[in-house]
Amino acid sequence: MSEFTFLYRGSDPSASPEQMQKVMQKWVAWFKELGASGHIKDPGHPLERTGKVVKGHQKSIHDGPYAEAKDVVGGYTLIEAKDLAQAVELSKGCPILEAGGSVEVRPVRIMNM
Amino acid sequence: MIAALTRVFGVHNLALAEDVVQEAFCRAVEVWRLRGVPENPPAWLMATAKNLALDTLRRRRTARTYAPELGRLLDSEWTRASVVEELFAAGAIKDDLLRMMFSCCHPRLREEAQVALVLHILCGFSVGETAAAFVISRPAMEKRIARAKKILAASKKLFDVTAGPEFLARLPAVHSALYLLFNEGYHGASAETAVRAELCQEAVRLVKVLISHPRGATSATYALAALMSLHAARLPARVDEEGNLVALSDQDRSQWDRALISEGLKFLELSASGSNFTEFHIEAAIAAIHARAPDAAETDWKTIVSLYDALMETRPSPIVALNRAIAIAQNEGPDRGLVAINSIADKDRLATYPFYPAAIGELELRRGRPDAARRHFRAARSLSRNAMERQFFNRRVRACGLRPSALRLDPRS
Repeated sequence: MSEFTFLYRGSDPSASPEQMQKVMQKWVAWFKELGASGHIKDPGHPLERTGKVVKGHQKSIHDGPYAEAKDVVGGYTLIEAKDLAQAVELSKGCPILEAGGSVEVRPVRIMNM
Repeated sequence: MIAALTRVFGVHNLALAEDVVQEAFCRAVEVWRLRGVPENPPAWLMATAKNLALDTLRRRRTARTYAPELGRLLDSEWTRASVVEELFAAGAIKDDLLRMMFSCCHPRLREEAQVALVLHILCGFSVGETAAAFVISRPAMEKRIARAKKILAASKKLFDVTAGPEFLARLPAVHSALYLLFNEGYHGASAETAVRAELCQEAVRLVKVLISHPRGATSATYALAALMSLHAARLPARVDEEGNLVALSDQDRSQWDRALISEGLKFLELSASGSNFTEFHIEAAIAAIHARAPDAAETDWKTIVSLYDALMETRPSPIVALNRAIAIAQNEGPDRGLVAINSIADKDRLATYPFYPAAIGELELRRGRPDAARRHFRAARSLSRNAMERQFFNRRVRACGLRPSALRLDPRS
């Protein structure tokens, strides 16, 4: 088994509470499935859309990130899968996709020193 | 509330669930004092408890210590609120009550511990109130409840109400617990009062939860619900306005709750399925006869006697034998009644039961022997467990100074 990260983008910030509730139920269902088949290393969390960005050797602090809604990383999950292909298959059940969003599937990089 | 919270935190964290309930009530007191009582107080309390549960989950390190069935779902903001919301949903609550009820009736617990847990956890009675309900000291009840909770916690998870054979296997224990609870309210022996309607109400409420579940609605459950409803219907007449206990034959039957009676009779009909004939069926049938009779004189005592015969086969006990003897007296006269009383097996177990000498007293009075009757009523009075009973027997003692009056049997009704 290898580790992968799902990075979610493109969630709808303007959803009403009722819509949100419906969407979150879908996330619960998806997580239950993934968890039952032993693929969740860490469910992760949804993220606030903005915070701070710290940059460069000057460590300058900026508000942000200010990017288009579809580009903002809305959350993450750590997954265990056989390989990238399986991880990709697993990501297809993510509710963010039917809302027009995307899942970036990135293998964890093994750093051998 | 506590049932839903136990589902969130796991049965081994019952104390945490209780803390959250406590906190919710504290907040209610504070907030409502300032802003007034909300339109829907129970909903407000539920919502507050739910949010407190979420806060607790967020503050603590890992959800792995919580309900194992929920696993990692309580760990992540992706799923946390949704899952808790689901657990607090109306439909889930009833299931939670059932789960908690069955969990309380754990086979490793003695019956009295089971009922204590039901009263304390499910009905929200404080330890002191639970102690009073079962006429034991507060420290003794504290111990009993603490020990019971330990056993409950050790079981790791709440009872699974979807598990077929285990559900049916535990159902009789649940029935017993609810029956005992009802009885405590109806024929209670507390030092304060003989009748505690709130215990009866709790028992009725819980048996209805049982009925609302497709697997809980068995013939025996319906019979239990019938007997509870039919007895509860008589509560308004059982105690008069001055707080005196009133014997069945003296009760103002216009005070009986007609709605409860018809509900009880409906349950009785529903219980008449299958061949499973329990003590609850018999007791419900007896109660139905009383419910339908316009007064004591026009009651079908003959059938009641044969029902008691059947009850003696299913669940023999000196008290059942006593009630049977009283019914025989009603049907065949006081002499036959006394013969029946004298032939009760294990009479010595009735030694501290005041209604035993009282029954003999009633029959002696009816036979035209007031002096003998007075002696027995005095004996009954000395065995009284509360002021209500003492008053009742006092009046009977005084009645022996008058002409033999109309029959007043079965004051326990």
